[in-house]
This record gives sequence, structure tokens and C-alpha cells, in this order.
Amino acid sequence: MDLILGRYRNLSVLLLVVFGQLLLLAYQVHNNQHVRIVRVWAVTAVAPMARGLENVRTSVHSFFSDYFILLDVREENRRVTAENNRLKLENNFLKTELSTADRAKALIEFKGRSPSNNIAARIIANSSSSKTVVLVDRGTSDGVFKGMAVITGDGIVGKVLDSYPLASHIQLITNEQFGAGVFSQKNRVYGTLLGQGHNRCRVERVQNEEKVEVDEMFYTTGEDRIFPKGLPVGKVVSVSAGPTFKSIEVVPTGIKNGLEEVLIVLEGVHQEIPPPPSLAERINLIPAPPSGSKDGGSSIPAGTPSSGLLTTDADRVAERYRAIEQQRGGTKFGAFGSQAPSFSTIPTAPAKQAAVAPHTASPNQIVPSGAPATPKPAAPVAEKPKVP
Amino acid sequence: MTETSEQILVERKARGAAFRMRPVAILLLPFVAVLYEIYVSQFIAQFDYLKLPLLVVLYFSLMWRNQLAALFYGAAVGLLEDSLASHPIGLFGIAKTLAGYFAASVSLRFDVDHGAIRFILVFFFFIFHNVFYWVMDQALLGLASPLEPAQTFIVAGLNAAVAVPLFMLFDKMKERA
Repeated sequence: MDLILGRYRNLSVLLLVVFGQLLLLAYQVHNNQHVRIVRVWAVTAVAPMARGLENVRTSVHSFFSDYFILLDVREENRRVTAENNRLKLENNFLKTELSTADRAKALIEFKGRSPSNNIAARIIANSSSSKTVVLVDRGTSDGVFKGMAVITGDGIVGKVLDSYPLASHIQLITNEQFGAGVFSQKNRVYGTLLGQGHNRCRVERVQNEEKVEVDEMFYTTGEDRIFPKGLPVGKVVSVSAGPTFKSIEVVPTGIKNGLEEVLIVLEGVHQEIPPPPSLAERINLIPAPPSGSKDGGSSIPAGTPSSGLLTTDADRVAERYRAIEQQRGGTKFGAFGSQAPSFSTIPTAPAKQAAVAPHTASPNQIVPSGAPATPKPAAPVAEKPKVP
Repeated sequence: MTETSEQILVERKARGAAFRMRPVAILLLPFVAVLYEIYVSQFIAQFDYLKLPLLVVLYFSLMWRNQLAALFYGAAVGLLEDSLASHPIGLFGIAKTLAGYFAASVSLRFDVDHGAIRFILVFFFFIFHNVFYWVMDQALLGLASPLEPAQTFIVAGLNAAVAVPLFMLFDKMKERA
């Protein structure tokens, strides 16, 4: 044994080291938790360096932008007085300050408007394994914990994957492992937003029968218990029917302008989503027709009951039977206890009327089947209806 | 065996042993490489292809010609990279342990000061590292996205091309034993 170990010492150590790491992997997968202490050390060691690099970058960037601004001012000096130049320089400087602070200002304004309790954070690095996981300069010391929502004024950005004392890993909305409950603005269609590893996300679990339109916005439902309800998620860019569920692609609005600063939601407050743009505003309605027009009655088809309502042929036959029953003095046709009408007692049209206009008989005139085409004298009946 | 190949395989073996790396460089370079990977790529996406931590591991493994030192160094750099990633710790660790060990094994047979040899070895070990990482990601975690052979070959070539001048720069940090 010693001989074998001595001879294959390097290979044995290799197998031991690989096996140890495999055990570490198995432990993490089995318990579904990472070896936190190792990550805390590593992130704590690297985050200050990344933050320092970021500070150097922004300083260099602002130095060069200031330098070019000063060159502009020097050119201006040739044309204006020293006092004006001083003021212009000051003015330019303030303008630059304002423009560089625009993004931060927008974020602060949104923070003021948002009912949730947020904290601003700056992205300082990417994850070493995935470009859809980033490192921000806020950690547990700032009250940031795993599972918190990350947003901007334009929409959701992601969620906190892990938090360390000085920094946190943020899983972006575009990460393949990302998911959130969403619903559409117009028709309140519920679905699940999933990242795809690139700049478009998809919404799943939306039945083909449900209506989702291109350019429609999706908002968070709040049911995932991570994102407060009512935050914008993204705009629909394509919708197509699948075997069972629709295939919907969404462009996230929160990360469309690039990411440098974000807000981490410390305490989320649900809010209502804004109403969709109303279609009624764009519909032109003409005024209603004047009531009691002269020829208003002429438009009613012949045979329409006295009520004047448009009815079917069956209604017109029923109306006729009611008239006959009234003339008989019997129970109202169709009422409880009434008898079936006797077809043999239906009066024929008057001979005079038939002779004058044999082909213009009223469409509601009932002719029993088998009756002769020419009018015959009516058969004697017990109560003969009066013919006008 | 030709004279050139003999030169490549045998002659430089002793020459390499006459140098050793500065301890500061050994400790600092992995940090710089990992920092580069997580920081620079967020501003310049095109630099994402360059895997500096792997190049650092390969350089030290090839220079040391010591399998044990190379495998421990590979494991340390890999675990550092893992701890800054979002996946479970160990994937980069195992892949870089193996890459370091086999690179050190190969360095015993070749003249690793030769630019062409360095290019070929880095190209080969880059593909080895990526394929092994992908296999573990797929087999152990079921997380891997599809492996794209053409892209892997191109990126391996680019890394190998960068490695040649970079290793020459690292050579400046060597000191006489």
C-alpha cells in the first residue's frame, strides 16, 4: 500500500483534492445552500478592490470630462471678459455636475415617489460565472438581505441572490434561473416571467385563449412575495400561440438603459398599476337620431305586433291567436288553463280584400295546410268572429 | 527525433528550473486575474472571452513543473473564482485542479519557454478546462447551457494568442533561484 501511495503520490493527492471538492459540491447541492463562510471571505476581500477600481474609473472619467470642458472655456475666454469667463466656467461646471448626477437624481426622485423603503446601490462588478449576476456595493451592513427586490425607476431589475457584509450578488431579470409572477396591464392575464440569458425574457403559463397584445405592459403581481405588486416589468414584443400556452417575449424596461445604479427594496409596499390608455377617448360618436320622426312608423315591417317591437314570425302567429281568443271571449291564449287553439276556427281573410289584392296578402295570414287556394265560405262555427 | 524537437523536449528542462517566481506575484496575480474577470467585462463585453485566471494557473503550472504545487494552486484559484460566482463552490476548483495537474505533467516533457509550444498547450488546456467544466455543470448540477464547439475553438485560439505575450510579461517577474 505504502509502495503504491509512494509511487503514485501525485496522482493520489490529485484524486484526494478532486474528491474533496466533489464532496463539497455534493454537500451544497444536497442541502441546497452554499458554503457561506468561503463566499463571505472572498467577497469581502474582493469587494473593496472592485469598489476602489470603480472609484478610480469614475475619477478618471470625470477628470477627462472636466479637462475638455476647461478647454472649451479657454476658447470662450478669447471672446468675452474675464468676469464672464469666470461665470461661464462656473456655469459649465455646475451643468456638468448636473448632467453627471442626472441618473442618480432620477433614481432619488423615484425613491421619493415610491411608497416602498428603498436604498440606492451601485454595481461594482460582474459574477465570475455569469454576466447576468452582478455585485453591488451594499450588503448586510446596510440592511440588504437575500431575496430582496432590486428595481430602477423604469422597472424591476432582479433580486438579491446572496448578501455579504459589504456587498451583495444580484440576480438580474435576464438570468436563466430568474422567475417572477406578472400580469398584463390591459386584460390582467397572469403568467410567469422567466429570464433567458439574453436581453429578452419570456412569459410562460399563459393559455392560448387569453388575450395579450404586442406593446402591452406587464406588471408584477406581488404574489411571489419578492416584488411588490404594480412594478413595471417589461413591454411585449412578440406573441404567438403554442401547443397549449402562448409564447410571449418581453423586453425588460428596468435594464433597457444600462445599469449603474439600482434601488434595493428594503420594505416593499404593494401598489395599483396605472390604467391602460382608454380607447373611448379615440371613438367619435355622432348624436342620437331625433325622437318622433314622421316616417318613424313606416320602417316597422308589416305584421309587427301592435306593441311596435320587432318580432319573429312565431310572435306574429301568437298575436293573431290572442286576437281570436279575445273575440271568442275565452281564456287568454297561452295563459294558465287555456286550451290549445282550434285551427279549424281560424277566420279566413275577407273575400273583398282577397279579391282586391290576392297576391298582397299579409305575410302573417295563416293558411291551414291542404286548404284551397281560392277563398271559400267559412264553415259554420259556434261563435263566428265578426268580419269587418 | 530531429535536432529541433530534441531541443524542444529536453534541453530547456534544466534551464527553467534555474528560475523561480516572486512570492508576491504568485499571490497577487490570481487576485488581479479574478478582479479583471468580474470587473472589466462589465464595461467591455468583448473582453469577456479572456479567461485570465485560467491563463495564470496554466502559466504557473507550466513554469513550476511540479504536479503537486500546480494542482493546489489550480484548486486555490478555482475556489476563489467559485466563491465569486453564483453557482455552488467547486466547479471551477475541480476543473482548474485538473488543468493545473496535467499542464505540470506535460511541462516535464516539453520546452514550455517556446512560444509555439505555449500557444498549443494553452489552446489545448483551455478546451480541456471548458469541456470538463461543462460536463460537470451538466452532470452534477444540470445547469449547463449547450456547448458550442465552434465558439469554444475560436475563444481557445484567442486566449492562446493572448497567452503568448502575456507569459512573456510574466517571465519578467521571475527571479534567479
